[in-house]
Amino acid sequence: MIPAAFEYVKASSVAQAIALLNQHGEDAKVIAGGHSLLPAMKLRLSQPAVLIDIAAVAELKGIKINGGTLTIGAGETYHAIATSSTVKNACPVIAACTGQIGDIQVRNAGTIGGALAHADPAADLTAVFLAIGGTVTVQNAGGTRTIAADDMFVSMLMTSLESGELITAVNVPVMSKGQGASYAKLKHPASRYAIVGVAASVTVANGVVSACRVAVTGAGPQAVRQPSVEKALMGTAGDAAAIKAACASAGADMEYLGDIHASEDYRRAMVKVYAARALTDAIAAARA
Amino acid sequence: MAKITVTVNGTSHTSDVEDRTLLVNYLREQLNLTGTHVGCDTSQCGACVVLVDGKSVKSCTMLAARCEGAAITTIEGLSTDGSMHPLQEGFWECHGLQCGFCTPGMIMAATDLLKQNPNPTDEEIRHGLEGNLCRCTGYHNIVRSVQYAAAKMRGEAVSSQNA
Repeated sequence: MIPAAFEYVKASSVAQAIALLNQHGEDAKVIAGGHSLLPAMKLRLSQPAVLIDIAAVAELKGIKINGGTLTIGAGETYHAIATSSTVKNACPVIAACTGQIGDIQVRNAGTIGGALAHADPAADLTAVFLAIGGTVTVQNAGGTRTIAADDMFVSMLMTSLESGELITAVNVPVMSKGQGASYAKLKHPASRYAIVGVAASVTVANGVVSACRVAVTGAGPQAVRQPSVEKALMGTAGDAAAIKAACASAGADMEYLGDIHASEDYRRAMVKVYAARALTDAIAAARA
Repeated sequence: MAKITVTVNGTSHTSDVEDRTLLVNYLREQLNLTGTHVGCDTSQCGACVVLVDGKSVKSCTMLAARCEGAAITTIEGLSTDGSMHPLQEGFWECHGLQCGFCTPGMIMAATDLLKQNPNPTDEEIRHGLEGNLCRCTGYHNIVRSVQYAAAKMRGEAVSSQNA
């Protein structure tokens, strides 16, 4: 399979990529790793007239800590993130999550910015990003703005990015003592996409859960938080009984998608199972 | 059209490619390097794995135009002076293939794997080759083949019996 014809342009800077986006408007698509976009183009589900390649843009690289925030360049690959000692120390759930995306060839190509901009219903990072409460730095011709995780995912494959905007960096909190996060997924055995994936982030203070965010991916059209689970766990000891009670409502109030790999009912059941696993690991990490 | 200059298996090539040409089609159809296979064409099976600047990639999901200036290694570039690369030898000695369709991709992915981890466990080999599907062997002999090559590349004595 070969994509429909398009014009390929390799951008050498963020400014150039944004200028090209503005010049070509809806006819243009940005390509980073390309492992979501090129398969869609081969199937003619996407037929951009212009492809703007940002993979070689140096400004989109870099992993650094600034105070309590870990900033990862949007163009960093999953493999670079998964093997970064900075990421492993500052926000281990990001390293653990990126290390289980696809296979090594996918991880050598795919980027964190690409994953969040594409917002695949079965992406892993979307749920982790929501659970740890990250932000993306977005640039357009006029300047930069920040989008919070809670405002990012609008509907299936749709984000709140506007035309002419490019994600330049992903910012996540540096985990401190008493905080823990985990991502648990039921993976498709060939693609390793999430059939159901649940990310949890908790803070344990004086023996009780004082902050909690849980998000589900893979089961429905977009990654979504689980406010009822979060609320049920707050103020508890975060023990097995509390987790079990909180997870009774996991996935109760969300849309589902079924396909040949798993029915809606199966996904609904698995959300509870994987929510409990993610919370158990996150609370253990918070107590460590 | 894009004009690209790439080094493939040590030889420099300057070629005109259509912007939409995939790397695997460039290698097979313009350079006649048909050792790199097209299996699923959906970046799942790994038959098309090659090394681009030392990293394993699925060449069915990479544009040739992006490879301007890159150094590419395909299965044809592994052996030197007519002698097999330790991985090729391992697949030969340990019966790591039956039909052979997945083998070029398996070997190229394993090349990257052993470069990053010269002394892998069986589990690490299985994890490292997750992007490569084989429908014949059940993977058991592929893991043995990679262990054989790993031992040989570490300078240890090797035998198909104990790999």
